[in-house]
Amino acid sequence: MKTNRLKSNLLNLWGALRFPLLAIIVGFIIGAFLILLAGKDPGVAYLALFQGSLGGMDKLGETFFKMTPILLTGLSFSIAFRTGLFNIGGEGQFLMGAITAVAIGWFGQGLPHLPLIILMILGAFLAGGLWASIAGVLKAKIGIHEVITSIMLNYTALYLVNYIVRAVLNPSVLSGTKAEAHTVALPLVARLTKFKDIFPIFGRSSAHTGILIAVGIAIIMYFVLFKTTLGYELRSGGLNPDAAEYGGIPKARNILTAMALSGAIAGIAGAINVMGITYYVAQSPATPGYGFEGIAVGLVGGLHPIGIIASSFLFGILSNGARRMQLAGIPKEVITIIQGIIIVFIASQYIIKIIYDFREKRNMKKQELLSVEKRQVE
Amino acid sequence: MSCVVEMKNITKQFPGVLANDNVNFSLKKGEIHVLLGENGAGKTTLMNMLYGLYQPTSGDIYIKGKQVHVKDPNVAIQHGIGMVHQHFMLVPPFTIAENIILGNEITKYNGFQLDMKKATEEVKKISEAFGLEVELSVKVRDISVGLQQRVEILKALYRGADILILDEPTAVLTPQEIEELGKIIRNLANEGKSIILITHKLKEIMAMSDRVTVIRRGKIINVIDTKDTTTEELAEMMVGRKVSFHTEKKEIEPGEIILSVKNLKVKDNRHLDAVKDATFNVHASEVLAIAGVDGNGQKELVEAITGLRKVESGQLTISGKDITHASAKEIINCGVAHIPEDRQKRGLVLPHDLAENMILGYHYKEPFSKNGIMNYQKIHEHAKTLIEEYDIRTPDENVTAESLSGGNQQKVIVAREFYKDPRLLVAAQPTRGLDVGAIEFVHNKIIESRDKGQAVLLVSLELDEVLDLADRIAVIYDGKIVEILDAKEATEKRLGFLMAGGTNNQANRDEEVREDENE
Repeated sequence: MKTNRLKSNLLNLWGALRFPLLAIIVGFIIGAFLILLAGKDPGVAYLALFQGSLGGMDKLGETFFKMTPILLTGLSFSIAFRTGLFNIGGEGQFLMGAITAVAIGWFGQGLPHLPLIILMILGAFLAGGLWASIAGVLKAKIGIHEVITSIMLNYTALYLVNYIVRAVLNPSVLSGTKAEAHTVALPLVARLTKFKDIFPIFGRSSAHTGILIAVGIAIIMYFVLFKTTLGYELRSGGLNPDAAEYGGIPKARNILTAMALSGAIAGIAGAINVMGITYYVAQSPATPGYGFEGIAVGLVGGLHPIGIIASSFLFGILSNGARRMQLAGIPKEVITIIQGIIIVFIASQYIIKIIYDFREKRNMKKQELLSVEKRQVE
Repeated sequence: MSCVVEMKNITKQFPGVLANDNVNFSLKKGEIHVLLGENGAGKTTLMNMLYGLYQPTSGDIYIKGKQVHVKDPNVAIQHGIGMVHQHFMLVPPFTIAENIILGNEITKYNGFQLDMKKATEEVKKISEAFGLEVELSVKVRDISVGLQQRVEILKALYRGADILILDEPTAVLTPQEIEELGKIIRNLANEGKSIILITHKLKEIMAMSDRVTVIRRGKIINVIDTKDTTTEELAEMMVGRKVSFHTEKKEIEPGEIILSVKNLKVKDNRHLDAVKDATFNVHASEVLAIAGVDGNGQKELVEAITGLRKVESGQLTISGKDITHASAKEIINCGVAHIPEDRQKRGLVLPHDLAENMILGYHYKEPFSKNGIMNYQKIHEHAKTLIEEYDIRTPDENVTAESLSGGNQQKVIVAREFYKDPRLLVAAQPTRGLDVGAIEFVHNKIIESRDKGQAVLLVSLELDEVLDLADRIAVIYDGKIVEILDAKEATEKRLGFLMAGGTNNQANRDEEVREDENE
């Protein structure tokens, strides 16, 4: 019985990952053609890509660093999507998490390292969650579509954060120095530890302990979705809200919970980004893009927390290896094209499904013919 | 008489399922031929091959004596075959005439303009020839389901069909409309059309058909003239064992009031009054049936009682506890089980596996959940027990609910709801779309529940079911309970009269007069 269930779990995983894998392979094949068109050798290009991102602990570290924020925004998008909500507001929630982390890190710098880090992450969790809850409440109570509100909240967050950068958390306000286009920098005590400071083998890479937090959150999310009553209710509501309501799971509560959790995880992504690498939030004309990239990462990962670890790793490889490819003389735009192809394919899963069904049918026909022939022989 | 359709040695293999196994089928000119079988027996598959929607794995199809390769429905239509699907394919904002000519329009100026006048005349000619009277300028969204079906038949005739396939034509009709349909197809047959009815409903077959082909698990069991057989015999052939149409139930004295409904008012999705004034009680050890034509407020009544719809005014109590404004979860916790009318929309999360579906509604209770953590080992054991106990046909509990047939999906819901061991069972159309074997099973379960002392509120459109199971019958018409009858005194005729909006005054007048005299 145990093995049966393990088997069916593995089958489920395979079912979820089959199309993304195919899409990735197709993406790389088309990418190879493009490189050939540019008169270069795809072998050289891909070797540079993978060596540049996986060939050595320092390179691997850089890949980890690249995957950290998009792993979290991918998780954020997926938990909402699984509940039937399209949270496109990851950008705004990311920013709210980041700015909250800076505020807590600055004002709490008297605290020891670990409690302060936990406090900053909790603060970002709440800030992102509350920000997303605006869209959640509007959807649950009045029925305004979350895509509209969460996009609008992206801009609201951007300008709110820009204001805070200039007028509240600016060095000119807090330390009385010259005005900057960014907030005060986080004090050392509020920064995440770099891998290279503990293990010199990571060389010059920027990997920091944020990756461990992100993977931890992926595992927690897996547990919540598939092992808890809350997860059961969220998944049921996402797949069939009417049946969930019939089973005593109120639609409104599901929307509120999912939206808040989704925003909270995006908020943590913002906090970890600021605590691990940037150390301050800069004034900016546009949102950072991690929230949008999370949509692609979530879909490529089959909306499954463990799949998203894999897909964010892949996206990390691509963006890290791209530089190495460029050094080898291949335009790094090829990577953007490969990413684009993968996303288009995932988004149009239907096409691949049709091909797959067609092949299955053809196999069936072959078997039928075989069996007919067999019968005739008999 | 010559055969217009002959299907010889037809075999159809789907992945893992042999849907048709060496099937022979023939249709004579001018006959009404029923293809009878349980859900999933392979009758629709066979007809889809005749209509070109599937290709047979092996075997030959002859139409009017010629071997035809029906590669798609266009070929079928060219050969005079028309199919009326179970779910109508009409455009609601178009008029009847526009719907009929759709895809086959008569135009003038080389196709630049529709010649509606000429088209209307053509359609009129056909409808008069076959006695299918319809008002051609009315929009389809404003007509009844029975009329929509008539439009579908006309559409097929307009395209020159002389062989008509009707898939489950009576599933959506009221008793009166069924009778009307019977007349129409008899008329068509007299005019030389040949008709195939796909159905699992025995009663209608006896009234409508000339010949029956019984199919079971993809194989032909028998081909027999209707006049030489009986309902019981056909049921036995279809299911493969003796089937009882009457549910045995013993006399029980009803107990205390479980559900009390007082002056209930509920609105529908369009914010119109759907339940206008409903007052009734359901006692322990009693089956109270709500009888009525579809769309008279049954759906809204059930949803209000189960906490899925807001109550406008009035009162609902369960064992004395007020639940008028309680949530669905609170009502479930009062001991209410609910077999919903629409199993796929309400009753199941189709992409979930059976194990997860079989705990919906008590998923948060021990032993399935403790401190917010699910116990999947218990959940799977639970599912296995129910699959065994209710004989649900499935490889195991890990398959998704959507992969089961309709009858087995219903069994999943029935099993889950009976497991609650409820105080009140609300069963809305519990046997809709089920075949006789499964109906018998659900009926026995309902009576078992009543005999255990549970209260049962049965909502059904099938008068046979109501008369067979109920202890008392409440007739609903236009959102009002117009009369509550003792089942022993109810007859199909009287119920039909009340369901159609007739008041009971006329029926009771004699009795009232007598009572007056006594006073």
